[in-house]
Amino acid sequence: MSKEKTVTIDEIVNREYKYGFKTDIKPGMTIKGLSEDTIRFISAHKEEPEWMLEFRLKAFRHWQTMKEPEWANVHYPPIDFQEVIYYSEPELEKKKLQSMDEVDPELKRTFDKLGISLVEQKKLANVAVDAIFDSVSVATTFKEKLKEAGVIFCSFSEAVKEYPELIKKYMGTVVPYTDNYYAALNSAVFTDGSFVYIPKNTRCPMELSSYFRINTENSGQFERTLIICEDNSHVSYLEGCTAPKFDTNQLHAAIVELVAMESSEIKYSTVQNWYAGDKETGKGGIYNFVTKRGKCQGAYSKISWTQIETGSAITWKYPSCILLGDHSVGEFYSVALTVGYQQADTGTKMIHVGKNTRSRIISKGISAGKSSNSYRGLVQIGKNAENARNFTQCDSLLIGDTCGAHTFPYIDVQNSSAQLEHEATTSTISDDQLFYFLSRGIGSEDAMTTIINGFCKSVFKELPMEFAVEATQLLGLKLEGTVG
Amino acid sequence: MLSIKDLTATIADKQILKGINLEVKAGEVHAIMGPNGSGKSTLAKVLAGAPHIQEAKGEVLFEGKPLLDMAPEDRALAGVFMAFQYPVEVPGVNNASFLRMAYNARLKAAGKEEVDPLEFDELLIEKSKIVEIPEHFLDRAVNHGFSGGEKKRNEILQMAVLDPKLALLDETDSGLDVDALRIVAGGINRLRSKDKAIILVTHYQRILDYIQPDFVHILFDGRIIKSGDKSLALEVEEQGFENIKAG
Repeated sequence: MSKEKTVTIDEIVNREYKYGFKTDIKPGMTIKGLSEDTIRFISAHKEEPEWMLEFRLKAFRHWQTMKEPEWANVHYPPIDFQEVIYYSEPELEKKKLQSMDEVDPELKRTFDKLGISLVEQKKLANVAVDAIFDSVSVATTFKEKLKEAGVIFCSFSEAVKEYPELIKKYMGTVVPYTDNYYAALNSAVFTDGSFVYIPKNTRCPMELSSYFRINTENSGQFERTLIICEDNSHVSYLEGCTAPKFDTNQLHAAIVELVAMESSEIKYSTVQNWYAGDKETGKGGIYNFVTKRGKCQGAYSKISWTQIETGSAITWKYPSCILLGDHSVGEFYSVALTVGYQQADTGTKMIHVGKNTRSRIISKGISAGKSSNSYRGLVQIGKNAENARNFTQCDSLLIGDTCGAHTFPYIDVQNSSAQLEHEATTSTISDDQLFYFLSRGIGSEDAMTTIINGFCKSVFKELPMEFAVEATQLLGLKLEGTVG
Repeated sequence: MLSIKDLTATIADKQILKGINLEVKAGEVHAIMGPNGSGKSTLAKVLAGAPHIQEAKGEVLFEGKPLLDMAPEDRALAGVFMAFQYPVEVPGVNNASFLRMAYNARLKAAGKEEVDPLEFDELLIEKSKIVEIPEHFLDRAVNHGFSGGEKKRNEILQMAVLDPKLALLDETDSGLDVDALRIVAGGINRLRSKDKAIILVTHYQRILDYIQPDFVHILFDGRIIKSGDKSLALEVEEQGFENIKAG
């Protein structure tokens, strides 16, 4: 007479990856292996000016002198950089696209399936999108409307041609190519990305969004994003990422640089859902090695990072803020969910240089399955950073008993007027908690989603409205299982 | 309403319930009393479908349906409710939203239209008066940072909102001071009706001063060793469980 238990927590966290489909668009051209020739090809193919090629080559030569970092709490076999495809563009009509109507219908369908409409005025009516497929930006919506406001939003390749002065002035000033191994690699071989420029006294009239999709097996995606916000301006930017299921691990090494001038504000949100790889082995998942950094250059400027990290076999990223301007503010809100065999080592760096600078770190790590989830953060208060303040809160939620959560907070204070607070908690979703919901007639999947959303609430409320719902659903989806 | 025959249950390889027989009809209030470790709470948990119960055997019919074959959420949707001895904290989940989820789950299962937050708020404010819960209480996270008494009151509020046919109250009186006990018991009394049944699990006679049971059962070592009316509870109070067993 004894009944089977309806559904275990384990079953709930095992679910299929929804975006694992592959689009049947043949890459028009792929370049495999890394050498100066590869870099010269990419640069020539993109019709780049000489200075850009020089930048790439300098980065490459520097990269050759560097060693792959091993300090992160992640484990994977060495990457063979000669097996990576450094350039892959979808086979498209050679002519330049005049309007959205000319985008390949198959590509359009792909992005539709991902919930990203490339047709303007459809769906997210107040969000401009730059869609990047493998190595190439395929479409940017609402360009004209943004132009009226003086806002530049285009692919990085286009910006190199159209706005070379801005690129020369800012590229590599926040993340120099010497910064780290993957930053050097990206600087050598980056293929596309997004560029945003908000002129003085301008509030960007809509949310800006980039959507990254890796479609070709073995291809690396190396994109670069540069956002500049002039005095008294404001922009909110969101990036989303997915990839099909592959048998081999894919490399994603991106750079994001933000520059905020006096009294300006940049809000950068990420919903990362790269394929996480096989549930049992992690095979085929994305290696996500990303360098993201913002510079609060002007007084009273503010940079706010919000990230929802749910995908990738390995995540290695620390969106950071350099608080140069007096009274500048840096924020980092993160939810990192790892299931199966995923490994995440993520956190932030808050570098206080200016006086009266403030930073706030809220990190929520959720681990399930056999995954490993680490928070790594640095709060550094410089000699001249009078009255700097930081508040850090680091919470870990464990689901089941085979996963791991770790925190590595580093604090370096050189000015005695600083005030720092650090709070940390570790909790679990227990069968008791789940039963409490069940005993009230609430099903186990709704229960898990509700408990996790409750845990992540303080981060979700930082997301732009349109995406808060998406993020909530995404977490639900990640934890979705077959009942019975 | 509820018919239990030869119910046995095992937790961690230890048999806790060793053959329980009990009939509960609509409108009745049954008090289950017994010393620590007698299996009182296990009985309530087995009926609600709690985890950690290794094996439960026997025939348990709830309105004619075999209860042990039903998933815990289905038991809840069918009208079984358990007020927890130790209500679980759920940080970040709003108390009012949680109650609305549970309320809507029930409406949905009954094929009815779900209610929106505004409609539900009216109902909730009405119900919260039953256990004298102030409104700001509803905006806090479920049981998070609640005092012991507040948690117990919150359980009875849930009972009021979900309006179950069969309520299992697992030591709802433990840890309450006199005032809180009066409020909680008053709430339970207001929820009594001729088409509903209550099983009250308790150590002490104390709560029975407020809630008059129709039947009292003494549970000892996994079996009901004596049943009677409310005077049995007073006997326990005077003589202790051991003497009742010996007698």
